[in-house]
Amino acid sequence: MSKKSGSKRTKVESQDAEVDPRRLVGISAERVTNISSTDFPGHYPDEDNSWSHKKFKKNLKVEVKRLSQRSIEFDLVGVDASIANAFRRIMIAEVPTVCIEEVYVFDNTGVIVDEVLSHRIGLVPLNVDPSIMSMKESGEAQATDQNTIVFKLELECSWHPSMQQPSKDKGKAPAHAASQSSATPSTQNIPDNMRYVNYELLSGHLVWKPVGEQETVFGPNEASNPQKPGPINPNIVLAKLRPGQGVKMELYAVKGVGKDHAKFSPVATATYRLLPHIKIKKPIPRESVEKFKTCFAPGVIKVDSRTNEVSVDKVAVRKDWVSREVLRHPEFEGVVELGRVRDHFLFNVESESAYAPERLLPEAIKVMREKLASIKRAAEMLAVPSASELIEVEKPQGADVSMQDA
Amino acid sequence: MTDITPKIRILKGAEPDLSAATFQIHDESHTIGNALRWMLMKNPKVEFCGYSAPHPSENVINVRIQMYDKLSSLTALITALNDLDSLCETIDNSYTHSLQHDKFERWEERS
Repeated sequence: MSKKSGSKRTKVESQDAEVDPRRLVGISAERVTNISSTDFPGHYPDEDNSWSHKKFKKNLKVEVKRLSQRSIEFDLVGVDASIANAFRRIMIAEVPTVCIEEVYVFDNTGVIVDEVLSHRIGLVPLNVDPSIMSMKESGEAQATDQNTIVFKLELECSWHPSMQQPSKDKGKAPAHAASQSSATPSTQNIPDNMRYVNYELLSGHLVWKPVGEQETVFGPNEASNPQKPGPINPNIVLAKLRPGQGVKMELYAVKGVGKDHAKFSPVATATYRLLPHIKIKKPIPRESVEKFKTCFAPGVIKVDSRTNEVSVDKVAVRKDWVSREVLRHPEFEGVVELGRVRDHFLFNVESESAYAPERLLPEAIKVMREKLASIKRAAEMLAVPSASELIEVEKPQGADVSMQDA
Repeated sequence: MTDITPKIRILKGAEPDLSAATFQIHDESHTIGNALRWMLMKNPKVEFCGYSAPHPSENVINVRIQMYDKLSSLTALITALNDLDSLCETIDNSYTHSLQHDKFERWEERS
């Protein structure tokens, strides 16, 4: 960061004096400039720029900005895009969650075919904390009470008692419902919930069947999980049923990661964007102030009511979408410089899993560190024997095209 | 495959003293590849570092490291892994600190 500006500077300038121009990505009407980071050794003569943990620690800033029970917004400042992107990718694809993976269908007489219904069931987010489950290594591996949770799904649709039922055959329609064509308007307007019972198969119909030690491990307790295993949202419609149709299934939930199947992804979205940066270089004429203001997101541009002086709101600037609208108007030519701060990431993460949103980044970091540790172990194994023996000489056989070469 | 695939292989074409080598890391992607490349490039002893994910059907990345002064690229790799780990730890601590001590907006989100 550059030195503090002189004390007698105008308001507009002093605001921008803080951001080192090297940290800025330039945004002009037709192109972006200075996209790549340049903080590598050898890039600038007489500058070190090599990795220094102390320097990193000093520059790093992580700030939680907003938190709800479903999503979190936080700033990650002072890291390279490769690191921020690694966390984003891990949150989407490699933080494990628990989902229904196997469906055993005993009965399904609804109109949704087995495979489609099974797929829909698989997508239901479950409230099971993945940290208390172990990963089932492969599909063929033995299912145990530590890696598999069993649910039952049973539902039978029937006529509502208020609809008169002439025969004992519950599949057959009652007299007046069968003759729909001649039905009076009053019977036509009966809502579904007055006509049928169990006419919607919901995620809330999943019933947990504890086996082995699961009753104590996964069961409701005060501390870690207040509820018993089940869907996070009980109101997801999985199928619609009509009298005589029913579903009977057994479901096996396992732990998995998003790179195997998107249903395992713990997030709905995990995104980052760069902090917008707006630099006002010239004063804005009084008559175009309003127009100038509307070129940016609401609240981004502040206008002093007394002097009509225009400035950028430091806090609200993050809300700007950097639309470049201001660059389209000839009267604002050369007035502003748009940009984004290259190492200032505004993360927005929405949890759609058993993880509370604030837990997702720590979990991603945990996964990242496990990956690093496993690579490190392998690298250290390589370092032990004389390395030249390990260099590939023979290409593996069987492949039509070898892609082993560097 | 019957035998277990090693996590890292050194591809042919490496210098005998490993001053330049391509490491094939199994079961990794751009996630680790780009972060590792960045950390290796922060090392002034590294002359060149680049990575590629050769083909989407292959679950590997190739990391090429070339060193100045005939130094070992394997040492540089291990150093970079250690540095990345301490970086992760620092971010984790900083985040946890912010979560516990900072004042931030809490709001109720309806689904």
